[in-house]
Amino acid sequence: MDWKTFARSIIVITEKNMRIYYFKGPVVVFGLLFPLIMFLTFFIGRNLDLVLFFPGFLGMMLFFTASSVGPLITPWEKREKTYERLLSLPVILESIIIGDLLAGAIFGVAITTIVFAICAVLLHLPIANAGLLAFSFVLGSITFAALGTLLASPTTDNPSNIMMLSSLIRLPLIFISGIFIPLSQLGGWQWALTSLSPLTYLVDLFHAALNGNAVYPSWLDALVLVIVILLFIWCTKVIQKRNLVKGI
Amino acid sequence: MDAIEAKNLRKSFGAVTAVDDVSITIPEGGIFGFLGPNGAGKTTTIRMLTGVLIPDAGSVRILGTDVNKEPLTAKLKMGVIPENGTVYSDLTAEQNILITAKFYGMDRASRERRSNEILDRLGLTERKDDLVRTFSKGMRQRISIACAIVHSPPVLLLDEPTTGLDVYSRRLVIDTVRHMNREGSTILLTTHNIEEANALCNTISIINKGKIVATGSPEKLKKTFDTSRYVEVSFDQPVGKDLFAAPGITRAEPWGDKWRVYTDDPDHAVKHLASVAEREHLTIVSIATSNPTLEEAFVQLTAGV
Repeated sequence: MDWKTFARSIIVITEKNMRIYYFKGPVVVFGLLFPLIMFLTFFIGRNLDLVLFFPGFLGMMLFFTASSVGPLITPWEKREKTYERLLSLPVILESIIIGDLLAGAIFGVAITTIVFAICAVLLHLPIANAGLLAFSFVLGSITFAALGTLLASPTTDNPSNIMMLSSLIRLPLIFISGIFIPLSQLGGWQWALTSLSPLTYLVDLFHAALNGNAVYPSWLDALVLVIVILLFIWCTKVIQKRNLVKGI
Repeated sequence: MDAIEAKNLRKSFGAVTAVDDVSITIPEGGIFGFLGPNGAGKTTTIRMLTGVLIPDAGSVRILGTDVNKEPLTAKLKMGVIPENGTVYSDLTAEQNILITAKFYGMDRASRERRSNEILDRLGLTERKDDLVRTFSKGMRQRISIACAIVHSPPVLLLDEPTTGLDVYSRRLVIDTVRHMNREGSTILLTTHNIEEANALCNTISIINKGKIVATGSPEKLKKTFDTSRYVEVSFDQPVGKDLFAAPGITRAEPWGDKWRVYTDDPDHAVKHLASVAEREHLTIVSIATSNPTLEEAFVQLTAGV
């Protein structure tokens, strides 16, 4: 393995993705407007404790932004026929997957950091553990960027098909992630259901970092997210490799 | 060392075998043409040669490096123009070239120098800052070629590089291919344009239904199909097919206002036609013999005649 060429291919693919896809309509709509509208819909006029629910909003923001770039890239490039050109350059499948993932993760971290900084100033948010907060930003954005890359894997050259599939999967995850109801107030089947969503663990990490009152230990939240990242990347590689063999 | 060495490549899509046991060896420095009708397996083969498609069986080596075992090293040695020559339409012409150069590890100064050089050669300097989405098909193809040659690859693979281009763009593409070959690149190009293959290539393989049916220099292929020589003749009045029945004449068919008479021995056929004309009181208006063409060889091989 030529590691230098591999690392370079990841960096150039990430740069290419950032230049081309950050300002595409679906990314702006699903990555920026959608979480803001969701926030306004559920929080404005309901006398909710913004500080208490802010970790949930932050998790939702990071979830939407980080997972909005990945689903667009591969279908778009297949439609434009640039995917084949990319594959013929000195890259391998892993370079493309990681490059797409990093583009999504950087977008997620950048946008969510800006939103957080503004909110922290306006709402005078407490920060219990700044290091854990930064770590959560990075880990969460990688997790959901990996989800975005996985969502782009099914065979299609129509980006709108993937964006639809992406909404179909992302929206239910929002509702079973303890964003709108604190985890500590859940029990039985509701608790079991929230345990299935990776977003639950990120929101819990944000609770630990901001308020210091998480339900799970932070190491457990982080471990689950790392396992989810590896699982998403592995599934993406299996599906995309199969597509490559089939020539689609 | 051979520039490209493909052994026993096989690829099926479901029940359809697109490429069946194809082997190619291309020595360094040549221009190799891969000729075949639509759907013959040209693009599938080139996609396997470039590592875009994983073969069901067989191996590909580019200058000694196995494409499937060491894809990064192998791909550094080649430049590829995929079918339809696609580039990023949301980037400018120059950005497309520069970002491609980055994949090959070229430093900033080399990237910019080479980009300017190629844009100038391909007549795109004035449009270098324009988004590719505003370009015509010919201009997009030229950018695609610019991206493929930016790192001066020792092996250049082109999939139907001139299909659908206007005369000016086509000529620029062909000139660039020749220039790259003079600079030392080994070229493999697929085409269904026989004249282009005839004019450009040292060696041609004809592929049909996923199999290579003939390989050789254009002249050798023409001679292989010597039986396709013919005489074109026209008379002052209509004649029937029976007139041409004679030993050595394989078939005759109407060809516009003439008859095309296929024969192993054109001289003998001319004498026969002259004697028949005299016997039947016909006047020969025109008569000409024709040497075999690559097109005839191609048609016979791919039609299974």
